[in-house]
Amino acid sequence: MTQTRPSLTRSPRARARRRGAMVVAALTLPALAACGGGGSGAAEPAELDPEADLSSQSLVVSNWADYMPENLAETFKADVGPSMTVTNHATNEEIVAKLTAGSNAGVDVAFVSGQFAQALAEQGLLEPIHDDLVPNLDQLSPEATQLAYDEGNEYSVPYTWGTTGICYRSDLVDPAPTSWDDILEPAPEHAGKVTMLGTERWLMLPAQKALGFSANTQDEAEMQQVKDKLVAAKDSLLAYDDTTFYERLISGEAVMTEAWDGWCNYGTAENPDIKFVVPSEGSDLWADTMVVLKSSENKEAAHAFVNYVLEPENHAWAVENILYNVPNAAAMDQVPAEMIEQFDTLQVTPEQLMEGESLVDLGEAAPLYTQMATEITASS
Amino acid sequence: MAPRTARRTGGAATRGPRGERLALLAPGLLYLALFVGVPVLLVLATTVLRRGRFGGLVFEPTLDNFSRALQPVYVGVLLDSLVIAGLATLLAALIGYPVAHGIARLPQRWRTTALILVVLPFWTNFLIRTYAWIVLLNSQGLVNDALVGIGLLDSPLTLLYTPGAVVVGLFYAYLPLMVLPVYASVVRLDPELPEAAANLGAGRVRTFFDVTLPLTLPGLLTGVIFVFVPSLGNFVVPELLGGGKTVMVGNLVRDQFLKARDWPFGSVLAGAVIVLLVVLFALQAAAARRVSTTGRA
Repeated sequence: MTQTRPSLTRSPRARARRRGAMVVAALTLPALAACGGGGSGAAEPAELDPEADLSSQSLVVSNWADYMPENLAETFKADVGPSMTVTNHATNEEIVAKLTAGSNAGVDVAFVSGQFAQALAEQGLLEPIHDDLVPNLDQLSPEATQLAYDEGNEYSVPYTWGTTGICYRSDLVDPAPTSWDDILEPAPEHAGKVTMLGTERWLMLPAQKALGFSANTQDEAEMQQVKDKLVAAKDSLLAYDDTTFYERLISGEAVMTEAWDGWCNYGTAENPDIKFVVPSEGSDLWADTMVVLKSSENKEAAHAFVNYVLEPENHAWAVENILYNVPNAAAMDQVPAEMIEQFDTLQVTPEQLMEGESLVDLGEAAPLYTQMATEITASS
Repeated sequence: MAPRTARRTGGAATRGPRGERLALLAPGLLYLALFVGVPVLLVLATTVLRRGRFGGLVFEPTLDNFSRALQPVYVGVLLDSLVIAGLATLLAALIGYPVAHGIARLPQRWRTTALILVVLPFWTNFLIRTYAWIVLLNSQGLVNDALVGIGLLDSPLTLLYTPGAVVVGLFYAYLPLMVLPVYASVVRLDPELPEAAANLGAGRVRTFFDVTLPLTLPGLLTGVIFVFVPSLGNFVVPELLGGGKTVMVGNLVRDQFLKARDWPFGSVLAGAVIVLLVVLFALQAAAARRVSTTGRA
């Protein structure tokens, strides 16, 4: 299989996508479909046949746009056998709504963030991962089996992982930021040149960590303090920006932004003075995962697909093109050394990533977060 | 002035057999029932249910969603939205109304060109047009560069990521929806009426306020609705041009469905907007009816 090695000069911005707030995404509301939500929890694994004729099976895989090689369906069919259709979702919420709306959404494998995989598993919608059908699980870093949303990777297989920090212009910010308070209470010369992420979990994260709370806290009193801190921080904010903050850094309109590590790299690719730091108070550990649906009628092919993605040369694609870390040492080894050198965030070790707090599903506390987010962003 | 003779339209239809009338209306009614009635009823039914833990609905009736919507933060957002959409509509009326008059006065062969120019921006994706305003308004943008360049300003103004930028973005996005209905009412205006008014001694100002404006008011009111309604529900412009710091009711509804997985509460908010718009339409219809009767007096 020939994997074309894409160069970074093909603007990584074009691939900027995903995670919550992508505006285009929001234009498609999930169909209003009722669902009782009576999850029974642990589901019995299905009987799967390791000798099944894969070429007679076909797969529907739902993923964010441009989050895996464009020709993966063709190479998968050529190398493994099953034919495969790719559909795209723009946000976790969109695919979860689709998967919970009916008994069978027609999706075999879905890419979702860890806390959403957890929610789907708790509803009994996921097939446990059959380890014997995914030999490449051995490639995963041992740390990647310790993620709080699904310890032991019972229902999900991590695809990418990373953290959140401060992406800043090292030529314009001196001394370099070290604390979340550097963006929550910026020095006077940086006021109005700071952006934060607007998607709830990451909107809360800087204040949660600055105050020493968990990023998964469900305590109302703690969240009240978080809210007060964020309302105060709004005064010095240029904008809440999930999708273009690195462009603001390049233009110099912003000098410090709260950023997902991979996204900061899109800025670094254009201006080497753009650096990334994880504040000393700590941060989160997010993961995007692959899950196999209980309703899938092609579970053998689905597992073969998960296994295929974990092949080092396939998995390395995500690093080289999305500039995210993948929990696969063999894949990381395939990435050209000069690329690793160019981007600080690709140099972190799994142990360093594990210092971040794994995000888990908020369940009943989700409306609290939404309400607080509204109170923060609508405050004047 | 002579008492006007009431002109009734549809006199023939009222004489037709009942079944025939119904048959004629059936396709339209069916369409409305399927694509307006049913969805609205679904939204309203959802308002009294509970949120499922993973989204979706739990079928236990409750009124909690309504009391939550009355909390100051949500009422405040609704009021902010009304003000922002109102300002955008006012701006569109102040600019769109004279533009429509201007186009109507152009020679026939230029009118089509002018109308195409008005509609032309619609051929570009809405998001791209909105992003263009970011390029114009940001602190290193064209507007600031120009103002600083010609010496009007010493340092760039903060134009982007303000409520003002949201108003401008909405006004720009929906301006054609103001121009077109006003234009339609202006070209239908009988040119002899202003002439008659002039003959009877009315000045230009009086002619405008007593003849032209009342007769084109239905078009203006239609334009007001066309601009106000989508402005009120818009969530893209507040996010892009308001930098997420200005929250409108459209953002709230979107967030309930796509982030909080709270469909019942989202339905309450959406329902509030629907009710508000129905009231608005009723007011507009009443005003238009008044105008069309007094306008002929």
